[in-house]
Amino acid sequence: MQFLPVAKQKLNLAKNTMNGRRTQDRIVIALFLLPALILFLLFVIYPIFRSVYFSTFDWKGFGPAVDYIGLDNYKKILTDEVFLKAIKNVLIIITLSLGLQLPLALILAVLVGRDLPGRSLFRTIFFLPYVLSEVNTGIMWMLLYNADPTRGFINSIMVQLGFEPIAWLADMNVVIFAIFITLTWKYFGFHMLLYLTGLQNIPKEIEEAARIDGANSIQNFFYITLPLLGSTIKTSVYMSVLGSIQQFVLVWVMTRGGPVNASETMATYMYRFGFVRYQLGYGSAVAIIMFILCMIFSLLYQALTRKPDYITGL
Amino acid sequence: MGKYLTTPRWIQKVIPRIIIYVFLISATIMIFIPIVILLFGSVKTTGQMYSHPYSIPNPPNWENILLILSTPSFWNMLKNSLIVMVATTGGTVSICALAAFVFARMQFRGKNFLFNLFTIGLMFPINVAILPVYFVLRQLELMGIPMIDQLWGVILVQIAFQLSGNIMILRGFFTAVPTDLQDVAYMDGCTNFDFFWRIMLPLVKPSLSAVGALVMIASWNDLLVPLIVLNSNQLWTLPLGTMQFQGQYGQDLALVSAFVALSAIPTIIFYFFAERQIVSGLTAGAVKG
Repeated sequence: MQFLPVAKQKLNLAKNTMNGRRTQDRIVIALFLLPALILFLLFVIYPIFRSVYFSTFDWKGFGPAVDYIGLDNYKKILTDEVFLKAIKNVLIIITLSLGLQLPLALILAVLVGRDLPGRSLFRTIFFLPYVLSEVNTGIMWMLLYNADPTRGFINSIMVQLGFEPIAWLADMNVVIFAIFITLTWKYFGFHMLLYLTGLQNIPKEIEEAARIDGANSIQNFFYITLPLLGSTIKTSVYMSVLGSIQQFVLVWVMTRGGPVNASETMATYMYRFGFVRYQLGYGSAVAIIMFILCMIFSLLYQALTRKPDYITGL
Repeated sequence: MGKYLTTPRWIQKVIPRIIIYVFLISATIMIFIPIVILLFGSVKTTGQMYSHPYSIPNPPNWENILLILSTPSFWNMLKNSLIVMVATTGGTVSICALAAFVFARMQFRGKNFLFNLFTIGLMFPINVAILPVYFVLRQLELMGIPMIDQLWGVILVQIAFQLSGNIMILRGFFTAVPTDLQDVAYMDGCTNFDFFWRIMLPLVKPSLSAVGALVMIASWNDLLVPLIVLNSNQLWTLPLGTMQFQGQYGQDLALVSAFVALSAIPTIIFYFFAERQIVSGLTAGAVKG
């Protein structure tokens, strides 16, 4: 009969330690998550709501926002020629990136391949522009693009080859392509790095087997390498598009969106209205439109690829 | 017989190699042209810059470099950039490691919801969020918490926008550590905190330095956050100072080149030392997670 209470006591003890473990777990979860959660809610989530709110006001930033105008800001933005120009420029950058920059990166990655002597040296060199700041990159390229052929390197070469010099950053029809060239210089190494890693994950045996079966290098590339690189290519497309939507610093440093809005992107448009003209309500609406575009694209991407490969926010 | 008429094996192998190298070397030249012209320009006089803009500087003229190195504002910018970079990197790595550990190793209600909440950050990058963030900084300022024109304003915003991506990268690394290890540790009476601190952290150290290297570069190169947060020029960081310098002395190409070269060189040196970490961080983030 004395046996029972002892057993009971033992059981209770076990229960207590279980509870202890659980409270301890809770404390750790709360303490570990708290710093990230506070910063994230304060500086990322809350601003979204705040902007949605301000985007319905005609607010110049002085005093409280009182002039409620509903969705007028959105209507104005979506019919503003300059904003449509900015969207067109972003679409040009996306098209050129997917059509030229990523294929170039892929070709170079395949050329470097697995075991070319000097492989890691080339990787180091091609990736170097990625780590330089956009400000420095922009200024460097402004030197190269100088319209005067006695000062600008690119124009001097054009003149020597018998072409007319081009005012790269001052010609409304050329400027966006000039910016694209700089973007390619800076970012193709990053995509190449992704492809190189992807290539390394493809087992060598598959390509060897295809070769023994009589596939030449070109067949090998199109029927073996390319399909197996699929998920890497999707990742790089995703990052390229998301990067293009938010393009800001390089454009701002090189042209301020000019000449006459010819190189405006959505982000420079938002910056101009928010921080230069101080139309904060209008600028908020631009921010929300850009956020929605990024979100639609991300959700589409996830729906199309199912397994989300893409992780970093770089 | 036919065997002797075809081109020898080694030629079949060498010719494609040569073509590949020609391609790769021309791409290398393209990469180096802007950098080399900048470095040449940085050691020219303004006169040389106009008469021979892209030749090898002969003799090199160190005047502009020395002039910039002797201005206190350059060192001040360097100091500000360093403070911001160290604080942002330390903050991001430690905060993300804590959160990533919880998401990788603990079970609780609402875990999926919270994790999905953090993925919103990926769709709201700082270039899009900058105006909304500015509202919040102003609001905090009005509430008596100084944020604008303060280095910690820059630091906190930079950390906040580094969270989403890096929590996900680190969660991947934490998840990769075998669960058996956790069971054994708990059986031996290890608390959660001990397990995190003594077992997990040492195991994922290489990943932490990979994430750290990426954050360092992002913070060091960031223009946008300092641009909207900082007003007084004694707080400017290097990229912000570089942009303002270019605006002010844009006509003097030699002087601007010297300034840009001086602000780019630390990044290039850092890159050659930390390339392995940077590359492994980026590929972990983008390819697997």
